[in-house]
Amino acid sequence: MKQVFARPESLKDVQTHFCPGCHHGAAHRLVAEAMDEFGIRGETIGVASVGCSVFLYGYFDIDVIEAPHGRAPAVATGAKRARPDRIIFTYQGDGDLAAIGTSEIIHAANRGEDITVIFVNNTTYGMTGGQMAPTTMVGQKTSTSPYGRDHSKDGYPIRMAELLAQLEGVGFSARVAVNNPKNIMQAKKVIKTAFRYQTEKKGFSFVEVLAACPTNWGMTSLAANQRVGDEMIPYFPLGVQRNTANL
Amino acid sequence: MSSKLFVKGNEAVAMAAVEAGCRYYFGYPITPQSDIPEYLSRELPRLGGEFIQAESEVAAINMLLGASAAGVRCMTSSSGPGISLKQEGISYMAGSELPGVIVDIMRQGPGLGGIDASQADYWQATRGGGHGGYRIIVLAPNSVQEMYDLTMLAFDLSDLYRIPAMVLADSVIGQMKESIVANPRPVVDLPVKDWAVRGRQEGEAQRVVKSLKLGDGEMEAFHWKMHARYQELAEQECRWEEVGTADAELVVTAFGSVARIARTAVAMAREAGLRVGLLRPVTLFPFPRQAFLDLSRTCKRFLDIELSTGQMIEDVRLSVARDVEVDFYGRPPGAGSLPTPEELFEQIRKRY
Repeated sequence: MKQVFARPESLKDVQTHFCPGCHHGAAHRLVAEAMDEFGIRGETIGVASVGCSVFLYGYFDIDVIEAPHGRAPAVATGAKRARPDRIIFTYQGDGDLAAIGTSEIIHAANRGEDITVIFVNNTTYGMTGGQMAPTTMVGQKTSTSPYGRDHSKDGYPIRMAELLAQLEGVGFSARVAVNNPKNIMQAKKVIKTAFRYQTEKKGFSFVEVLAACPTNWGMTSLAANQRVGDEMIPYFPLGVQRNTANL
Repeated sequence: MSSKLFVKGNEAVAMAAVEAGCRYYFGYPITPQSDIPEYLSRELPRLGGEFIQAESEVAAINMLLGASAAGVRCMTSSSGPGISLKQEGISYMAGSELPGVIVDIMRQGPGLGGIDASQADYWQATRGGGHGGYRIIVLAPNSVQEMYDLTMLAFDLSDLYRIPAMVLADSVIGQMKESIVANPRPVVDLPVKDWAVRGRQEGEAQRVVKSLKLGDGEMEAFHWKMHARYQELAEQECRWEEVGTADAELVVTAFGSVARIARTAVAMAREAGLRVGLLRPVTLFPFPRQAFLDLSRTCKRFLDIELSTGQMIEDVRLSVARDVEVDFYGRPPGAGSLPTPEELFEQIRKRY
């Protein structure tokens, strides 16, 4: 019999702590597949952020540095400058990257650091229990926006992929979703391109992954998947915002 | 080969870092320490290293964390307001057992304060500064020569003990110019950094640099392990200087810049026939407690002098024998408020 599907080598054979229907698993898998594809597992260093993605080292079979909340791009900068021959990626959530870490992400991107940033946007703070994030949709109820996000008080959801695409230092910026097979196939291609930017030393690459958090959204997995398509994608359009090297 | 140079204290720090093999510096400008990044921005690229002017002190310390985790010698420097911002990263480095050198050229505070000399960051430096209960190595130079020597030492101690090390000086020492002997890097047997991330090599275990410790008893074990390391540090690495203490009835104690003025005042006291000595801590953590305890058995009284309302005095009181008096004379920061030798001699005479 021919094996048609297997666990990527870059992922450990363990169960994850993620909730049922959470999209971190899919995002992890796509990053691992990109590493396998380029054969870079032995030269890759992951930078974990806080929250649900802090356990990167438990799932990826690679060396990992854990960064303080929001500071992963600065930690990655230090590691990359010290070891320019290594592939360095950060894996950050929306609270981490688009709230406390806005300064670090903007300036690492603007310096054109030769790193790859995987940004998982599920419009909420997952591990801390579903509080309002910078990406929370207007009107979305969370544990700290119980009446729904009010833009007059809380501002608007930040579109990070577009924001970073404005910066000269950025080589590649794109947004993908992992809510259905078609989008997953596209996301795989885009994440691979982001890593190719680094393996070919073409500069800073950024992928925003629209993801579901069924537990904190109070939805079934299926409904959460649908919400990504119905509510998030219209506001956070999928696609490549910047691709300077045409990879 | 050693060379004789006439340089500023801040420059001596930067030169020592280069001599110590540090090729990675991350920092953000702040008076009165900006000579350090200015020097290194010029020299490190020529040596194949990297100088990054970070977007903030927060970013700078986290770049340090990343570079250190990757196994290289690296440094950052700042002054009070910037050191406050770095505390998050310092706590994480301590929690991740990462070495790295942090230079604090103290200025006045709290808040924006001012740029004149102060020693009021003593508590922040020696008590950890950030959250979670940890200590860092703190060295207090009192001359440009010591800025050079102790910076070099900071790198070695930090690597040996896997604890961040701070060089704690003030704007007087940072900005003054003196002649120094720039000694070559001493040969020190340092442990291999077998914990540093480098990409997982085939057949070897995964390397993870982290401070998150969720396993049963894992955090408690970590704290006891670090406690033992701090004890070892205290046994092996305490440094201090004594002048005329053998027969002293009164021992003056001071660190850093004000210890220089105190030394002149002690000499004046000796000339006046008073049996006065000086005990100057060079390591503030580990604090040379035994030296204080020993002297407190032969002298009658200590006089602690600081450019603050009194911070080191707590360590002095904890170190000396219980029945020994510890007096204090402080000049908290204020433009031009450094005490004169005559002023300190008067304080000594009053208490003798």
